Amino acid sequence: MGTRRKQPAALRVVGKAIRKVDATAKVTGVTRFADDLFLPRMLYAKLLRSPHPHARITGIDISQARALPGVKAVLTGRDLPIPFGILPVSQDEHALALDKVRFVGDPVAGVAAASEEIATAALDLIEVRYESLRPITDAEDAIAHPEPRIHDYGDGGNLHKLVNLEFGDVAEGFAAADLVREDLLFFEGSTHLPMEQHAAVADWSPLPDGKLTLWSSTQTPHYVHRALAKVLELAPAKIRVVATPNGGGFGGKSDPFSHEIVVAKLAMLTGRPVKITLTREEVFYCHRGRHPTLMWVKTGVKKDGAITAMHFKSLLDGGGYGSYGVASTYYTGALQTVTYHVPRYKFQGARAFTNKPPCGPKRGHGTPQPRFALEVQLDKIAEQLGMDPAELRLKHLVPANSLTANWLKIGSMGLGECIRKVVDGSGWKEKFRKLPPGQGIGLACSSYITGAGLPIYWNPLPHSGVQLKCDRGGGVTVFCGSTEIGQGSDSILAVLAAEVLGLDPFDIAVVTGDTDLTPVDLGSYSSRVTLMTGNACIQAAERARDVIASHAARKLDLPVERLAFADRRVFDVADPAHGLAFAEAVQLAEAAEGTIGTVGSYTPAPSPGKYRGAGVGPSPAYSYSACVARVDVDPASGIVRVPRVWIAHDVGRSINAATVMGQIEGSVYMGLGEALMEEMAYRGNRNVVHKIPSLLEYKSPTTLEMCDIVTYVVEDPDPNGPFGAKECGQGPLLPLPPAVANAVYDAVGVRIDEVPITPEKVFKALRRKEKGEEPRFGPTQFPDIAWPEPTRVAPPWEGGDGRAVEAGQGRSMADEPARARRR
Amino acid sequence: MPDAKTKIALELNGEPVEVAFAPHKTLLEVLREDVGLTGTKHGCELGECGTCAVLVDGKPVLSCLVLGLACAGHRVKTVEGMAEGGTLHPLQDAFAELGAAQCGYCTPAFLLAAEALLDENPRPTRDEIKQALSGNLCRCTGYLKIYEAVELAAARMRGEQAEPARETLYGYP
Repeated sequence: MGTRRKQPAALRVVGKAIRKVDATAKVTGVTRFADDLFLPRMLYAKLLRSPHPHARITGIDISQARALPGVKAVLTGRDLPIPFGILPVSQDEHALALDKVRFVGDPVAGVAAASEEIATAALDLIEVRYESLRPITDAEDAIAHPEPRIHDYGDGGNLHKLVNLEFGDVAEGFAAADLVREDLLFFEGSTHLPMEQHAAVADWSPLPDGKLTLWSSTQTPHYVHRALAKVLELAPAKIRVVATPNGGGFGGKSDPFSHEIVVAKLAMLTGRPVKITLTREEVFYCHRGRHPTLMWVKTGVKKDGAITAMHFKSLLDGGGYGSYGVASTYYTGALQTVTYHVPRYKFQGARAFTNKPPCGPKRGHGTPQPRFALEVQLDKIAEQLGMDPAELRLKHLVPANSLTANWLKIGSMGLGECIRKVVDGSGWKEKFRKLPPGQGIGLACSSYITGAGLPIYWNPLPHSGVQLKCDRGGGVTVFCGSTEIGQGSDSILAVLAAEVLGLDPFDIAVVTGDTDLTPVDLGSYSSRVTLMTGNACIQAAERARDVIASHAARKLDLPVERLAFADRRVFDVADPAHGLAFAEAVQLAEAAEGTIGTVGSYTPAPSPGKYRGAGVGPSPAYSYSACVARVDVDPASGIVRVPRVWIAHDVGRSINAATVMGQIEGSVYMGLGEALMEEMAYRGNRNVVHKIPSLLEYKSPTTLEMCDIVTYVVEDPDPNGPFGAKECGQGPLLPLPPAVANAVYDAVGVRIDEVPITPEKVFKALRRKEKGEEPRFGPTQFPDIAWPEPTRVAPPWEGGDGRAVEAGQGRSMADEPARARRR
Repeated sequence: MPDAKTKIALELNGEPVEVAFAPHKTLLEVLREDVGLTGTKHGCELGECGTCAVLVDGKPVLSCLVLGLACAGHRVKTVEGMAEGGTLHPLQDAFAELGAAQCGYCTPAFLLAAEALLDENPRPTRDEIKQALSGNLCRCTGYLKIYEAVELAAARMRGEQAEPARETLYGYP
């Protein structure tokens, strides 16, 4: 790509705190979420879900349900036999189970009826005969029991994916270390819990049109479009997917879902619009949340804290389907290298299939777990070396504009500034190891990608596209496939177009997330939207500006370079009074050239890593965060309270300051929830029935648990970002769990190597401490796994070229780009 | 199959209305399905999340737990009734200004709960705001911008010339 632009002398809009373009609609209740759509003659759909965690379906009788007055159609797996899935390597889902169910809540049949009550009553009339299979309860159970297999693909037995990567000789690195630590940690699964339950409405324009429209609360309309075309065997041109504003997503609405396909099929069969709104309980079954992850990390350091080598193992409990899991597995090993210099690095990751709701991408996708492990271990290392944990980190930061051992290209790197901000702001030096008993302070850092460098399915096309239309009245409309999920992506387009064209953001109309109206954007995931849609939008706006400028220059009798666009005017930079209204300039251009419309697009530059598995981790830019948490621990109960958090985040450049603050605070909130209370817990029937599929029992922070936050926005512009911007919607979550764990240790001297840090765990660790046992709560062993031969890649400083020096022997389901390219 | 509809009279957003609906329906369902006011949202329909809160006789209630029938003769206010004369309510304005509405799904209920608080207590402390809003879940904001918006609106409703603090919008220096 790489159209380079002149930086404007002063930014007029970018960086200011502005209202979001959809703010008024949201505070007046006018925003139409998917369930707010009511179409004439609309039917209501319900899904029958499996009560068994693992079973063969031996028969389904839908005759009674179909005969119920008011029922218009009943579907089973045979009606939708084509598999789908978000990743090309994991096409393992069916809209309705075909032969087998794989978790309690797996959809088995769908009903469309005149009302929700009738549809619900019809579900009770469907008879399904099941033959139970032994359920696989967790990742270790999956290793111990390769049979019965949950899926007939993967890396053997019930292991979905095995990864083994080695960048340099870690054994040599450990031999050169002054201190080598091995630690075991566990990160419990948690779910997104968006306040809006997933909903979708489908409408079918009868043959010969044969056109399907689906409105859905999805973060990824483009991928839903592809899945619908595949499963329904419709031409993509005959499908329109409209992403309604999402009432929260956090990654939970990033997969194509059963209910979207089922309502589409029901609309096609009945010729009437069909709506489905999931119950809260069903949202828990859709899940795709944080993978429960067991981790073993061995790190060697010199006396000054310099890392000599790191070996990291992760074991992910994937649940019943693939989802994004292959990518999640790689992500548990990808970003260990981007904060502190790791000269030699080995990663082994495994994902197991289990009979629970499928895990997938939750805010931070696969990286909060290893970040927890790494930052807690560094705290222990600092203590053993007698170093201040902040000083240790500051001494060994990855340099800006460098390559890591696993060939990730780092651009701007503001972590040092972030650490200094939270250390100074929190009074760290006066508090660390100096607070009264029961009070503690802890520090942790993190980094996150600003968009995945590669698309989910291999293709050479742009990741984001924008069309821009100039109206002769002076307004501008930006069309982009991006999806507004509350993060403010619509406003980013308005701000950037306004900046380039010298307008007010509220002069810009924004049309997004509609596959008929907008160019493809891959979706609201991987913190990619601001950078990728932003660059596409800037390109389109600059092209429009160039067209308009050429005609304005002629009229004003000036060279084009003399023109500035600001305050809804086009004028002479040397004599601002000499100029035209923007609308007048558009009219001149339109009179000469016809309708003024331009396009822009963005494709990330190729990443330097060329080995198999190098597809996960590369990003146009990495954001950085540092966090200090203050805790109060009650030794009598084990209850941990967090009164305050100091967080600094390197966002590259703030586009809309108010939105940046909101994303950072929201990330701290969600990280706090994961640190202290959120967990997908299971019970009963061999521990695979969801214990708490309700908002009351799934604990999340209310106003009474939420901490105060002191936020510092650090701006270290990255050349790949729009005006230098990097992400801020996910990264600031990551340091919370380890910062809280480290603070608990500072407060009461026990290590809780597992999140959530519940009172029970703290209490148990304190009892152990009293008894003179190891003052710790956490896992005690990592199971043996038959890893494939490692893929060996020389790090850049050992003369590598980014390719594997010795191809791995293991089967590689996922080695996305290389494999998918052959299709 | 469908129940015969019942008709009740109530005051909705300041206007007398008559509404006919199946008698088993909750206020939430009546508002969304029979009146067409979809600004009132739902997150659980079990009284756990606060997302469906509306004001009945000025007090916040969970509309998913109240029968529509029980509202006969009462005053019901939803988010659609907050802006008057084409101008946002100060709470709505402050929520929009500070980004206290991110996805916007929980926002109507927070606005109404906050309005009820300010009605009783025009100068609430931060702790009083937290208590008043503790029944409402928000997954986007971490609540801070919501507290700050309530404080800003409260000041403006008291007639003060209040502006947001720099740290609220830009962070600490």
